Amino acid sequence: MTSENTNPKKRRTFLERHAALERNGTMLMVASLVVVSIGGIVEIAPLFYLENTIEDVEGMRPYSPLELAGRDIYVREGCYLCHSQMIRPMRDEVERYGHYSLAAESQYDHPFQWGSKRTGPDVARVGGRYSDEWHVNHLSDPQSVVPESVMPKYSFLKDVQLDGEHIEATLKTHRFVGVPYTDEMIETARADFMVQADPEGDWDGLLERYPGAQTRNFDNAPGVSEMDALVAYLQMLGTLVDFSTFTPDASR
Amino acid sequence: MDEPRYDEATKTYTTGHSYDGIEELNTPLPRWWLWSLYATIVWAVIYSIAYPAWPLVSSATAGFLGYSTRGEVAAEIARVEEANSDLNTQLAAIDLDTLKDNGPLQQYAVSAGASVFANNCSQCHGSGAAGSAGYPNLLDDDWLWGGSMEAIATTVRHGIRNEQDEDARYSEMPAFGELLEKEEIEALVAYVQSLSGLDHDAALAEQGTELFVDNCTACHGETGMGDREQGAPNLTDSVWLYGGSDVALTETITNARFGVMPPWSPRLTDAQINAVTAYVHQKGGGE
Repeated sequence: MTSENTNPKKRRTFLERHAALERNGTMLMVASLVVVSIGGIVEIAPLFYLENTIEDVEGMRPYSPLELAGRDIYVREGCYLCHSQMIRPMRDEVERYGHYSLAAESQYDHPFQWGSKRTGPDVARVGGRYSDEWHVNHLSDPQSVVPESVMPKYSFLKDVQLDGEHIEATLKTHRFVGVPYTDEMIETARADFMVQADPEGDWDGLLERYPGAQTRNFDNAPGVSEMDALVAYLQMLGTLVDFSTFTPDASR
Repeated sequence: MDEPRYDEATKTYTTGHSYDGIEELNTPLPRWWLWSLYATIVWAVIYSIAYPAWPLVSSATAGFLGYSTRGEVAAEIARVEEANSDLNTQLAAIDLDTLKDNGPLQQYAVSAGASVFANNCSQCHGSGAAGSAGYPNLLDDDWLWGGSMEAIATTVRHGIRNEQDEDARYSEMPAFGELLEKEEIEALVAYVQSLSGLDHDAALAEQGTELFVDNCTACHGETGMGDREQGAPNLTDSVWLYGGSDVALTETITNARFGVMPPWSPRLTDAQINAVTAYVHQKGGGE
């Protein structure tokens, strides 16, 4: 671009202006930030308003209190380090795991659990795939049911009883970041939390607030343990959207 | 800034930058490099018009090639379905008892079934189908609910004791801990062990005989041979789903067992169910 036959006078004017930036560290930093921000804004901002990046899907609802507590355990134990929750739109994945994941399916996830590494299989649609008993056996001692597994044992989950003490605050926090929990849901959070794993409980209110929630004693032991919460969460994963009636929009 | 000058030693012009007498030679980028850069810029523009890219007011441009990831996966699935559609249609519609007489279709069913099994069944029944405690071994000829093609297909389709499928196979053993005394259960354990010739306390087993007749024969049969209508296991063989030890049997009788299998009809097609049935059936125990 700069060769001997360009007009040195014109070029110098531009370079001299640019020199002001090059010789002033603060100004250079501010200018770099502006330039980089433009790239960021162009790439990110449209995702928040474009209609074809925001898909509303029937069936999605916020997590029930027990499922949310289970989800917290999932995050705490770092399950996402080995299990993804993101079925990619490719034939082999769809055949193995079911319909590819939709953005809307993680719309209430804070933080989302897409993961990036599969030491174990994807669990985005693990709900209903195995019995509760299998989940309890498998979490307690994975090798007892899958001898070739390298998953660690999580038998301690059975021994930790939960009373839902902070579940109301958890729901409030999720509401703060945009999950549409109603006042009623927050008021009844603790009761809903306790009743979902109670085989003799009155689930009507819970089911009205969280349609499709599964209600039973997940770990087949008295009380609500961390095992109950985690199995309740795993058993609902990927079950909310009815894919027999769902028609994907082609262009999303 | 100085005027650019010709540097004799290097035969190159300087840029005119000079600092403390140190000057910079003007050695521009090679032409081929520069033109490659321009080419990539042109490529980027064409690419962004060809594929979905530019955000507009309410949607992004779709691109003139009409590409979408969803379209691609749908086309790919359709292509494979099309390629196998003849076999799958035949397999879905076939009378299961006649499948083994149809050589090529049977072969297809077993290979396809192996893949269905590995993905969906192996987690409980084991990758070699040998099962584990609480999850039946599918290699032997000891069947809880029947080992014919039809029976296996029904089990796969509707599952066992689940809440999702109304036609699921169902039975529930009572928890005898609430009905019998501890000593009575001990006697029953000994009697059940005697049925299959395990080491047992003969005197206790003698006491258990009547208890067995009163409490267990309705499902397990007078001779303890079991009843497939109710998924009641045969107690006279040496195959134990939950174990035949004192501890395991005491637990089984006291609290009962309630093995659940999910229904697979929501996840698998009829052809896949028939395929996995054929695969399991030819594993050794098929009837």
